[in-house]
Amino acid sequence: MKGCAVMDKVKSLDDLRKMKAAMQNATELREKGQNIDKLIEVKVSMATCGIAAGARETMAAMMDEATKRGIKNIVFTQSGCMGYCHSEPTVTIVRPGEEPVTFGEVKGKRITEIFDSYILKGELVDGIIPLSSKSIHD
Amino acid sequence: MANVRMHVLVCGGTGCTSSRSLEIVDALRAEIKAQGLAEEVKVVIAGCFGFCEKGPIVKISPDNTFYVQVTPEDAKEIVAEHIVKGRKVSRLLYVDPKTTEHISDSKHMDFYKKQLRIALRNCGFLDPENIGEYIARDGYMALGKALFEMTPKEVVDEVKKSGLRGRGGGGFPTGLKWEIAASYKADQKYVICNADEGDPGAFMDRSVLEGDPHSIIEAMAICGYAIGASKGVVYIRAEYPLAVERLQKAIVAARETGLLGNNILGSDFSFDIDMYYGAGAFVCGEETALIRSLQSERGEPTSKPPFPAESGFWGKPSNVNNVETFANIPVIFLKGAEWFASIGTAKSKGTKVFALAGKVNNVGLVEVPMGTTLREVIFDIGGGIRNGKKFKAAQTGGPSGGCLTEKFLDTPIDYDNLIAAGSMMGSGGMIVLDEDDCMVNVAKFYLGFTVEESCGKCTPCRVGNKRMLEMLEKISEGKATEKDLGRLRELAGIIKDTSLCGLGQTAPNPVLSTLDNFYDEYLAHVRDKRCPAGKCKSLMQYVIDPAKCKGCTMCAKVCPAGAISGKVKEPHVINQDKCVKCGACFATCKFGAISKR
Ligand SMILES: Cc1cc2nc3c(=O)[nH]c(=O)nc-3n(C[C@H](O)[C@H](O)[C@H](O)COP(=O)(O)O)c2cc1C
Ligand code: SF4
Ligand code: SF4
Ligand code: SF4
Ligand code: FES
Ligand code: FES
Repeated sequence: MKGCAVMDKVKSLDDLRKMKAAMQNATELREKGQNIDKLIEVKVSMATCGIAAGARETMAAMMDEATKRGIKNIVFTQSGCMGYCHSEPTVTIVRPGEEPVTFGEVKGKRITEIFDSYILKGELVDGIIPLSSKSIHD
Repeated sequence: MANVRMHVLVCGGTGCTSSRSLEIVDALRAEIKAQGLAEEVKVVIAGCFGFCEKGPIVKISPDNTFYVQVTPEDAKEIVAEHIVKGRKVSRLLYVDPKTTEHISDSKHMDFYKKQLRIALRNCGFLDPENIGEYIARDGYMALGKALFEMTPKEVVDEVKKSGLRGRGGGGFPTGLKWEIAASYKADQKYVICNADEGDPGAFMDRSVLEGDPHSIIEAMAICGYAIGASKGVVYIRAEYPLAVERLQKAIVAARETGLLGNNILGSDFSFDIDMYYGAGAFVCGEETALIRSLQSERGEPTSKPPFPAESGFWGKPSNVNNVETFANIPVIFLKGAEWFASIGTAKSKGTKVFALAGKVNNVGLVEVPMGTTLREVIFDIGGGIRNGKKFKAAQTGGPSGGCLTEKFLDTPIDYDNLIAAGSMMGSGGMIVLDEDDCMVNVAKFYLGFTVEESCGKCTPCRVGNKRMLEMLEKISEGKATEKDLGRLRELAGIIKDTSLCGLGQTAPNPVLSTLDNFYDEYLAHVRDKRCPAGKCKSLMQYVIDPAKCKGCTMCAKVCPAGAISGKVKEPHVINQDKCVKCGACFATCKFGAISKR
């Protein structure tokens, strides 16, 4: 984001608003960090086995999904080993003010299902069985 | 993965860069690249986090992990552990001085919990060299609002309604100052930003300029619109190279983006800013001296009136505000004057930044709402007194202020309460003293500073303060009498009443305040020739405890001054008049009979 020298001149208040919109993602992540308690936090477990099982791809896919759906009140972080090797990739979701819920084997179709039910509505739908409501290390 | 999932903020403030933080940036970037993460993890150089003593600081967002005292050698581990595997590097986390727990989230650190950051809102958050980041955070929107939705008078009224008062020391209502400057008709007016920051120990203005220079540019432009000025001037001390550089770059970026210059945002308002470099004399922070210095004249104050608002830079109406005062302005327009006025006490609104230093566990820049108590600042945010010692006093207001003792610990801090307590807000230096600090010494330190910095224009300040300093030296050498204490007070009154500028008028304050609050300690120096804190070297005595002395004569043999006498196997005594306090006897006695007092 060092490219500010090539930035166009702002000639009106509207230009300024447009530039703000264009720059929004430069600091959005930090804004979210400041307000993390008010956002849906999705923690992707990135221990050795998680990464081997595709945790990085899961995180990328989930971030894409959020962008695609235009969901703004969501923030992605990572956690270390959760002790669920057998179910990796695991994802723990903390809705503001609620207990964390951990999901196992989060990839492919399950990602859309989790968005449809838990992220959007806070509902736990059949077939998506949370591993536990707390991680063992948290 | 094209999505950026993590920002690694590295402090690029003066404190942290001097302990190699920019090397950390390079090391982190190299390591992130090596791990193939350059697309998903971004490293940002941010401004000062305020926790400079524990620097270099590295903060990871969005999980808010706060690493302290990081070295370039730690970069590899941070990347491999935290960034790749999500495991925090606990040895780099902050350790709570009270519970000795490692705290990872900065939101849970006592140092930050009670802070409310308005003036420092973007410090440690934004890349100060990227105007785009400032714009993303509503930057220049306050200016836009002022230019397109408000008349100059409405802008002045908004500032008046906010209750903002000058943060440079005087606490003069900012809106009123703007109104006065606006009321004069002239072909040219000036907006002057006072970035001289001469109070020893204060560095909030430096941090704002380093960490958030665009907020100052924006605020000065808003002020220009309000008072009808098209020119801005920043008077900054040349010893702040990083602040100078960041502000220069920010001014250039603002010009290139069209936020400074002619017809800003297409309006008919034009404004630009020049920088002037001061040599760092304390008196040049006084506004009339500052203006003379801008005009390449000697940095000496002139008498007021006329005030700068009427006749300032080149004789034109000029509005002088402090850096921290300006830093509050954009927020007032974004969030509204009512919001700002809802923070603080009846007559002091908003927050104040303090440079907390001295004998507290957590030292650094802290911004708290007006009305926060000294106890909260020192014992909660500051984490209490170091090494479990006892709190003695807090010196506020720098060389113009005074000390606040235990009885003021629960007083809400604001302009008026501090004055009532015999001190003042000043620019926000706060030095915490413990039982080992000698108050005569403290007074001597500040007075020594003002004597050095006096411009010499008027006699009471030039000569009077020097006399006072000599008297303090006599006291700490045990050569003064009780009468001298009265004379000290008398002289202080004369200097206060007859000095031309604020420097001389306030110079005796640290002496008067310590005399008022610690008279016993002064008495001990003059009457008993004793320094209770054991700080005044010439008052320290070596004494022999007759009950412990075996009369071995060893001490008498080593004494170079022949100050020790006594018969073999009988208790020895030290003749204090001859003793040169070399400590040889103390080191020699095998029976622990000699002690320092
Ligand atoms: C000796 C002396 C030194 C001063 N130093 C500073 C300074 O370093 N920075 C500052 O902003 N104001 C300083 N002031 C106060 C200025 O004269 C002036 O009141 C202030 O810049 C006004 O801005 P404000 O209303 O925003 O506080 C000093 C005053 C005196 C008497
Ligand atoms: S009071 Fe001191 S600093 Fe101020 S004008 Fe007089 S001599 Fe100079
Ligand atoms: S060395 Fe100690 S014990 Fe010996 S004479 Fe001196 S004070 Fe007494
Ligand atoms: S401190 Fe030095 S000069 Fe004084 S009595 Fe001891 S040995 Fe002698
Ligand atoms: S290593 Fe797989 S869950 Fe811990
Ligand atoms: S300079 Fe880094 S925290 Fe202040």
